Amino acid sequence: MSPTDRLGETPLLEVSGLNKSFGDNEVLRSIDLQVKSGQVLALIGPSGSGKTTVLRCLNGLEQPDAGTVAFSGGPAVTFGAKTSRREKESLRTRSAMVFQGYNLFPHKTVLQNVIEGPVQVQKRSKADATQRAERLLERVGLAEKRDNYPHELSGGQQQRVGIVRALAQEPSLLLFDEPTSALDPELVGDVLRVIKELAEEGWTMVLVTHELAFAREVADTVVFMDEGVVVEQGPAETVLREPAQERTQRFVHRLLNPF
Amino acid sequence: MIDIDWTLVAESFWPLLRGGLTGTIPLTLASFTLGLALALVLAMMRISGNRLFSGIARVYISIIRGTPLLVQLFVIFYGLPSVGVTIDPWPSAAIAFSMNVGGYAAEIIRASILSVPKGQWEAGYTIGMSRNQALWRLILPQALRVSVPPLSNTFISLVKDTSLASLILVTELFRVAQEIAAFSQEFMIIYVEAAVIYWCFCLVLTMIQDRLERRLDRYVAH
Repeated sequence: MSPTDRLGETPLLEVSGLNKSFGDNEVLRSIDLQVKSGQVLALIGPSGSGKTTVLRCLNGLEQPDAGTVAFSGGPAVTFGAKTSRREKESLRTRSAMVFQGYNLFPHKTVLQNVIEGPVQVQKRSKADATQRAERLLERVGLAEKRDNYPHELSGGQQQRVGIVRALAQEPSLLLFDEPTSALDPELVGDVLRVIKELAEEGWTMVLVTHELAFAREVADTVVFMDEGVVVEQGPAETVLREPAQERTQRFVHRLLNPF
Repeated sequence: MIDIDWTLVAESFWPLLRGGLTGTIPLTLASFTLGLALALVLAMMRISGNRLFSGIARVYISIIRGTPLLVQLFVIFYGLPSVGVTIDPWPSAAIAFSMNVGGYAAEIIRASILSVPKGQWEAGYTIGMSRNQALWRLILPQALRVSVPPLSNTFISLVKDTSLASLILVTELFRVAQEIAAFSQEFMIIYVEAAVIYWCFCLVLTMIQDRLERRLDRYVAH
């Protein structure tokens, strides 16, 4: 588990000058971010603002055109034309992603989904991985579902398995990509509760979310992005209650007063 | 109305069936297995992102699909000896059918792999897998389920196509039928009988396909 002394002084992750284009479309323009150990950072912003792309760059699922992503204790990757594939993929070992659409493996049981990484990638023994997986499943209230297949679970249950699968990698950073956007409203609470507990336990996480109330509750820092740039960042209370920038004000107002 | 010589039907049944069991079926199984292995390699080449590999696979598939199977078979059995390569009838047939199945099945496998959602690859990457690990452990098992119905069609076609091997003197069901028919001069009876046996083989295969599909059903997202 991550250390619980909240907001240690050492940055766990430093991102600087991240640029990414899809064709002519500049999705990220010189993004700088810092995540401290134990910090919960919420990325908010209108759709198309680039927040999910930031998350995917951190996990090596997307290759930035330029910029640096550096984890304390390595790896530190500077992106450019000469960056090797191995270097880019090295980022994956430090973080684990929880996807909007869960992306569970449909041909594997809940337990198999969770132990796949520990056994196949980290080469742990199956017994050891299973034991740890069962403990984690217990925590999210899904112990009795271990032998079910994903399609036999509700969306909320599937997403909790997704979270457990990420936890089982023992990453130093957890990434959540709109983890509740695909869920029926009545199932959102269960998933958010799990995320909140993890935050309280001291996990470091970056969270892309539309749930502003939730962001205010769990996040230490909120980063507001629009059109590929960081418009404003600061303590959650400040950014969400008294945003300094007009664009942030408009966005927050629109989300809190949809009608 | 023709008079059916039931004694002939009964007498020729076992030789025909033996031709099927010892000729048609082994030839089909060998060709299909080799063909699938070839198809997998070709499909990998096609999705590799490497222009050269992808291009080679594309040209190969195009040639196989664009030329008659009988011509392919004749090139290998009758054509190759003139450039110094002589292959026996049975291996010639197995090579020709394998190469043919490889071309057709490659496109099936490629399409099945592409049908697996991109999120499955990404989920594999996020738990630290390499591209190869994700492919073998996550993508191919899911692609397999999708490819069973079209691959079964290929297999059933192959069972029937092996009758072409009779033209290069391979002893299989149809070759046996030709011999009996020539000898007895009862063409209608013998060829219909051969047809019925082919049909029975395919019925059994269709049943196996159904069961396989049901067993693999859990491999797809619902």
